[in-house]
Amino acid sequence: MKERIKKVFKSSLGQLAIPLIAIALLIIFNLIRDPGFFVIGLTQNNDGNLVLQGNLISIINGASELAVLAMGMTLVTAACGGQDISVGAAAAIAGSVLVKVLKSGSGITGGRVLAAFLMACLVAMIFGSFNGTLVAIFKIQPMIATLILYTCGRSIAYWINGGATPTVSSPVITAIGSFIPGIPVPTPVLIVIAMTILFKLLFRFTSLELFTQSVGINGSAARLNGINTTFIKLLSFIILGVCVAVAGSIGVSRLGLINHETLLLDIEMDAILAVAIGGNSLGGGRFKLSGSIIGAYVIQMLTITLYAMKVSSTDVKAYKAIVIVILVVIGSPVFKEKFGKTVNRIRNNRNGLMEKGAEKA
Amino acid sequence: MKKLPKFLGVVMSAVLVLSVCACGGSGSAASSGGDSSAAKSDGPIKVGVVNNPPSESGYREANVKDMESVFSSANGYELKTAYSLKNDEQLQAAQGFITEGVDYLLISAAETTGWDEVLKKAKEAGIKVYLFDRMIDVDESLYEAAVVSDMAKEGETAVKWLLDQNLPEYNVIHIQGAMGSDAQIGRTGALDEQFASGKMNKVVQQTATWDEAEAKKIVESVINSGDSFNVIYAENDGMAKGAVAALDEAGITHGVDGDVVVMGFDCNKWALRELLAGKWNYDGQCSPFQAKIISDLIKSGSAPSSKKIINEEKGFDAKALTQADIDTYGLGE
Repeated sequence: MKERIKKVFKSSLGQLAIPLIAIALLIIFNLIRDPGFFVIGLTQNNDGNLVLQGNLISIINGASELAVLAMGMTLVTAACGGQDISVGAAAAIAGSVLVKVLKSGSGITGGRVLAAFLMACLVAMIFGSFNGTLVAIFKIQPMIATLILYTCGRSIAYWINGGATPTVSSPVITAIGSFIPGIPVPTPVLIVIAMTILFKLLFRFTSLELFTQSVGINGSAARLNGINTTFIKLLSFIILGVCVAVAGSIGVSRLGLINHETLLLDIEMDAILAVAIGGNSLGGGRFKLSGSIIGAYVIQMLTITLYAMKVSSTDVKAYKAIVIVILVVIGSPVFKEKFGKTVNRIRNNRNGLMEKGAEKA
Repeated sequence: MKKLPKFLGVVMSAVLVLSVCACGGSGSAASSGGDSSAAKSDGPIKVGVVNNPPSESGYREANVKDMESVFSSANGYELKTAYSLKNDEQLQAAQGFITEGVDYLLISAAETTGWDEVLKKAKEAGIKVYLFDRMIDVDESLYEAAVVSDMAKEGETAVKWLLDQNLPEYNVIHIQGAMGSDAQIGRTGALDEQFASGKMNKVVQQTATWDEAEAKKIVESVINSGDSFNVIYAENDGMAKGAVAALDEAGITHGVDGDVVVMGFDCNKWALRELLAGKWNYDGQCSPFQAKIISDLIKSGSAPSSKKIINEEKGFDAKALTQADIDTYGLGE
């Protein structure tokens, strides 16, 4: 029984140990620094709604785009053993399409927002399948394949609207990017929850999770077992495309403004980091979606902590880098192995000493 | 579905542009160096413009349009353009223009440093260099003239306006642009002096690297920390919008009759409309129209009396702003 519990603990929690420890450390650090960091309050916003407010809300709200992208990125990483670095640029394209459709007629209704979102999804999926085709069919390294869209994506986003920073203002957009009247939880958080449930349902009712893992672990073995590896890889990029559209739409809705150059800038790096911090192998294979989601919150919590500490603007990235280096090194297989060996040696030594002691007695 | 053909059009044009670029690259490699002197005597004046991409901001969009309309073939120019936010890509583009043999090189640099080598090469090749919008950290002899907005003056005007408001105290949230850019340095300087002299109190000073969403997070973190503030000084309109979104969510009033003074820069039309509605207080104008001045200098052929030519700037107070101002000075749509 004990062995079994240990096994379960090792297999499921083992991977999540790093992100969970990271969150715990950040919480302890903030508790020591300033317990007020965790205060959550209800305030009336300028639209007259009661809304939740506080650093924790800022963290889970602010990490929404990252969390959604990290989910898709996990799938691509697992299936292809590489990462998509074009998600930020693709999100700018999706966001531009969203704004284009929103501005294509007078008056922004719920129906138009839905149409705009579906259009953004479609376009993002097309770009996703472009990346996917390069990776799955032409067998190009994912990072190289997606480098193309990474380079030209924001230019394409610019072509869509022509002008810089077009704005859209509507109560519907405010409801999506900020708060729905009567609901005190930020809408982006609800969207992340919805996306998580969607993924869980997808894994529950299809063999996608199993197939993805087998393709990632050993592609040829998977193919011999009748799995269409090309399709699975392509599919992972198309699903990431949906995530990109969702993240881009959240980003645009937050302020009712699209700036192609800055929308979700550098988020691809954070998304890949979230996957890595989540304990997923960047070489593909087994994965845990929850790890990546927690990873996203770790990154956001780190940023908000640094903001709360009023770390000087020029230093933020350096501090962030230090923490992330430590996390990634601790999570690396080499470190785990060395650490495990050391623990074993200490344990053996102690056992040896005890046996010796017993002999003497 | 109606949108699909249009999208295909975009993809097709992308392919077209890429292939044209490829051809242009190989073509120029073959003909480099030879015919640049011949072109100078007759034919259009070749102008290479290295600029930030028009998508950077409403300012840049107006700036790029201004360049394209003034340096048109109708005015006797042959215009080549390269747009990038990254300094190294800009440097490469400038190198390319020098190799291709332009007559004039116009530069708005992403960063103030790293331009020595390229400008020296341009001088050796007999290419006259004009800087516009942004200064570069090089010796004055390396360029003909710099037509710039005095960003420092822009910051000073804004800070002077702020002091004229006679607030009982100044607790300022200062949201900076990309660190090291000329706009950031100029807009930060005057405010830093106030912080140093103690007339204004720095609640927080953070860079959002022109990112609206990041600006919102910075203001959120101040609100969450419970520190009091009554001024938001954002170094462009987008970041001011992000900051205001955080205020709105926290139920803090802002603008002409509000608790917090909101200041932005660039004078986008949508931002000026916020001013007109009384939701913001101040917007600094940074004139994007330098092409005419440079064109006049090129055509006159004479060196300007001073290397640094200051483009005229404006600042708008929400209380004095009119719709006519928005139509005249507003950028974008």
